[in-house]
Amino acid sequence: MESWERFVFTFFNAEVAARYWPQVLEGLWVTIFAGVAVVITGITLGMLLAAARTLGWKALNVPILIFVDVFRALPPLAIILVLFFGLPNVGIVLPSLVVLWIALGAVLAAFSEEVFWAGITSVPPGQWMAARSTGMTFGQTLFMVVMPQAVRLAIPPLTNRTISITKNLALGSAIGVSEILGQANSALSMSSNATPLTMGAFLYVVVFAPLIMASRLLERRYSWGNH
Amino acid sequence: MLTPTGTATAQGFLLEALQIRKTFGQTEVLKGVDLQVKAGELVFLIGPSGSGKSTLLRCCNRLEEPDSGTLRLDGTDLLAKATDINQMRRKIGMVFQSFNLYPHLTVLGNVTLALRQVMKMTRADAEARALENLELVGMVEKAAAYPAQLSGGLQQRVGIARSLALQPMLILMDEPTSALDPELVESVLAVIKALRDRGMTMVIASHEMNFARQAADRVVFLEGGQVVEAGSAEQMFTAAQHERTRQFLRQARH
Repeated sequence: MESWERFVFTFFNAEVAARYWPQVLEGLWVTIFAGVAVVITGITLGMLLAAARTLGWKALNVPILIFVDVFRALPPLAIILVLFFGLPNVGIVLPSLVVLWIALGAVLAAFSEEVFWAGITSVPPGQWMAARSTGMTFGQTLFMVVMPQAVRLAIPPLTNRTISITKNLALGSAIGVSEILGQANSALSMSSNATPLTMGAFLYVVVFAPLIMASRLLERRYSWGNH
Repeated sequence: MLTPTGTATAQGFLLEALQIRKTFGQTEVLKGVDLQVKAGELVFLIGPSGSGKSTLLRCCNRLEEPDSGTLRLDGTDLLAKATDINQMRRKIGMVFQSFNLYPHLTVLGNVTLALRQVMKMTRADAEARALENLELVGMVEKAAAYPAQLSGGLQQRVGIARSLALQPMLILMDEPTSALDPELVESVLAVIKALRDRGMTMVIASHEMNFARQAADRVVFLEGGQVVEAGSAEQMFTAAQHERTRQFLRQARH
């Protein structure tokens, strides 16, 4: 069973695991911190863009739609590389963690704008009429009546999007962000052993599996329909 | 009554909509309609589907912007640039065919929302006011329910309480009973009748001809975006001048 032992030595090496565990664990906190930052900025910005779009001002809608379509089309890695390696040429040097945050935050904002917009447009026009007829302003109607209903419709698709975009935090390793994969990768090159990658994979599962289960719960809850 | 432009104010109309025109795309939905309502009156708007009843009601609080015409509430020009339409809309209640309750709020939340947001009342004051008005429509015990848990008839009574709570000068009702099962219609009509007896001014677009006959002060017959005929309920139902009115009423009665 030489090959089996070789496999265990490579991927489940207790000695390597013990030595590099603290380093990989450090990456976990960076991933969580960056993830929270991306989710908060991405979803907030997406909601504000969708809200701005309800005003129906062409001067506002055209740039919003361009932003949304461009950032939905671009591969996140391309955005990250352009920001990290391109911007210094025009004198803007951003820390790698900030580049990762901006890139993924923008991508999530673009996708969540579309999700919120779909939610807003599926709220019946009678809701707007009822609220406006009581003297509520456009903004009050949008945020007190329409948006709560839109958010409810948006939650299942938004959760899926958020998870798939947040997973791209691993791309940070390409520009030296010391998140889980970055730490695991450097531990890999120092130890010449793949066990740190196994630990990294384990940590990703620890972070994302609860989110995925939560999204399934939410989906089930809201697929019963009837508000 | 329908009077020529200019003599209206002198007669003390609460709502005056004069020569209201509205076009959607190529279709002229309102072709210069006059509607004048005195305080305490219950005016029935009748007419076939597509005659412009809903659009006329929506023009009265500018949910639809009239293309031209005069619109005054209690002497205030509703179309003037200086008029804060949100403050005026508070004084014009509106009740909808499909109720349009806010599904994410409880019955109490539905009634208090505008009290809090528009009238800036405290939560306690708004809730007290809301409960008073829910009492009037017999819905106090459902204050904590969500709209989806209520039948259409109950939802509509909440819709009426929602507009009543703002203490409007008049209430516009757009086919308030036509989405209801027949056995639920009566309870909503009873609420409307009670409001009328308390002196609430109302303009109701409806096909409830029997109710119109017994409760309306005046009936306005609209067709093709124009007023064909208007008069007291008695006069319209027994001695309509126009053949088209008589024909419509004959058919509508069944």
